[in-house]
Amino acid sequence: MSEQKYLFFLGCVIPYRLASYEVSARKVLDKLGVKLVEMSDFNCCGFPMDPIDHELALTLAARNLCLAEQEGLNILTLCNGCFGTLNKANKTLKEDKKFRDKINGNLKEIGMEFKGTVEVKHLVHVLAEDVGFEKIKDAVKKPLTGLHVAQHTGCHLVRPAKHVNHGDDPENPTMLKNLIRLTGAECLDYMDETECCGNPIIGVNEEVPFQMAKEKLEHVRAVKAQALITVCPFCHMMYDLNQPRIERAFNEKIGIPVLHYTQLLGLAMGFPREELALNELRVKPTELLSQIQE
Amino acid sequence: MSETQEYVPNVIKAEEMDPKFKYEISKLPGAEKLMLCFQCGTCTADCPISRFNDFYRPRKIARMVQLGLKDRLLSDDALWLCSTCFTCVDHCPQNVEIAGIVRVLRNMIVKEKGVMPLVFKELASNLLKTGYVYMIPESRHRRREQRGLPPLPKPNLEHITKIFEITGFSKILENVKTFEKVKS
Repeated sequence: MSEQKYLFFLGCVIPYRLASYEVSARKVLDKLGVKLVEMSDFNCCGFPMDPIDHELALTLAARNLCLAEQEGLNILTLCNGCFGTLNKANKTLKEDKKFRDKINGNLKEIGMEFKGTVEVKHLVHVLAEDVGFEKIKDAVKKPLTGLHVAQHTGCHLVRPAKHVNHGDDPENPTMLKNLIRLTGAECLDYMDETECCGNPIIGVNEEVPFQMAKEKLEHVRAVKAQALITVCPFCHMMYDLNQPRIERAFNEKIGIPVLHYTQLLGLAMGFPREELALNELRVKPTELLSQIQE
Repeated sequence: MSETQEYVPNVIKAEEMDPKFKYEISKLPGAEKLMLCFQCGTCTADCPISRFNDFYRPRKIARMVQLGLKDRLLSDDALWLCSTCFTCVDHCPQNVEIAGIVRVLRNMIVKEKGVMPLVFKELASNLLKTGYVYMIPESRHRRREQRGLPPLPKPNLEHITKIFEITGFSKILENVKTFEKVKS
C-alpha cells in the first residue's frame, strides 16, 4: 500500500480552543501510518467570511487550495467547517470555468493560480476510505466492549449532499457510526441525530443554539448513551465547552461527556489516557473512564 | 394588558415591490433557482432554527425575494439567524438553495447598507491582522511548544491584505456599522 501523506489543515478553532482534538488525532493517525505534513503558510479556510462576502471567502479558500497544490498533497482537515468550505470551493473551481477565471483573476494579484490538482478530505474520510476498517480493527488493542455512546456527525461533513462525494447519506449518516463500532463500543441511535449544533449563530443569538444543543443532549441521554462522540471542533465546543452554560440557562443538570472520536479510538488503541488530553474536556468523562481497563 | 391588541394589517403596497429584484438576485451564485420556489414550505418545516424562534422563516424569505420586497428584506435582522446547516438545501423538492439565497441577501446587506453583526467585524479584523479568525494568545504558542506540538503555520499577511483589497472588502470593513444581537 502506498504511503498515506496529507497536508495537515488545522484551521482556527483547534489552535484557539481545542488542542485536545489535535493532540489525540496526531497520536492516532501516526500509529495508523498516516503522515501529516505541516503547513508553513496558511489562512482561515474562509467559512466565517461567507455570510458577509462570498467572493472574499472563496478567494481565501482558493489560496489554501493553491498552497496544497504547491506541495502536491491532498488536504486532511479535522474540522467540518474547513472541510465543507475547502471542498465546495475545490469542486466549484474545478467544474465552473467562468467562476475559476474570476477567482484566478484575484489569485493572480498574489502570484497564485488554482489548477485543480488536489482533493480535500476530512479525518473521517481518511480513516474510512484511505486507512480502511481492517487496518483500524487491527490497531484496536483494548476494545471498549460494554461502552454505549452516541455520535454527532455534524452538518458540513454531509451537507449539502450535491457537494460532498463520499457516499454518506445526510439523512442517516453511517460513516462515523461504523468507525465508532470498530472501537468495540456500541453506537446507539437517538432522535434527530442529524440536527445541527447551532454554534454558527452563537455570536448573534445564544437562546436558539442553546435550546438546540439542550434538546440534542436530552435525546442522547434518553437512550442512555454514556458519551457523545464528535468529529468537528465547532460542534464539540457547543456540546462540551458550552454545556455548563446550557445547564445554567435552563437550570437543569445534563452531565454528558463529549469526546473527540480520536480520543475514543485512542483509548481502544491502548494509548495511555494522559496522552489523549482527556483531562482537557470540560465535562469530565470520569464514569466512562472508570469502566475502561487501563 | 389583557385587552386584545389592535389588529394592524401588514399590507404590502405595490410601490414597495421592485419587479427587477428577483432577476437581480437570480444572477448571483447560490440563488440561481429562486424562481422555481413554489412555496411548499418544506424548508421552514425542516429548519432547526425556525423551530426555536418566531422570526426566521425561509419560505417567507423566498417569497419576499420573488415579490421584490428588497427594503423589508435588507432591514430584517432575522436573516442573520441561519446557521447554514443546509437542511433546506437538501430537502427542497425544487432544488432551490435557500441557504444560498439567505447568504446572497446577507452579502447585499453588508455591501449596500454597510451593516453587519459585530461578531463578523471582529472575525474579519482578526483574519486581516493574523490570518486566523481568532486572536491566538502568545500563551497558546508557548503551550504548544511545551507539549511538543509543531509551531502553528505563519500566514502570509501581505497576501491576505491584498485579497481584502482586491475584493473591495478592506473599504467595507473600515466603514461598516455594527449591531450586537438578533432577538429570537
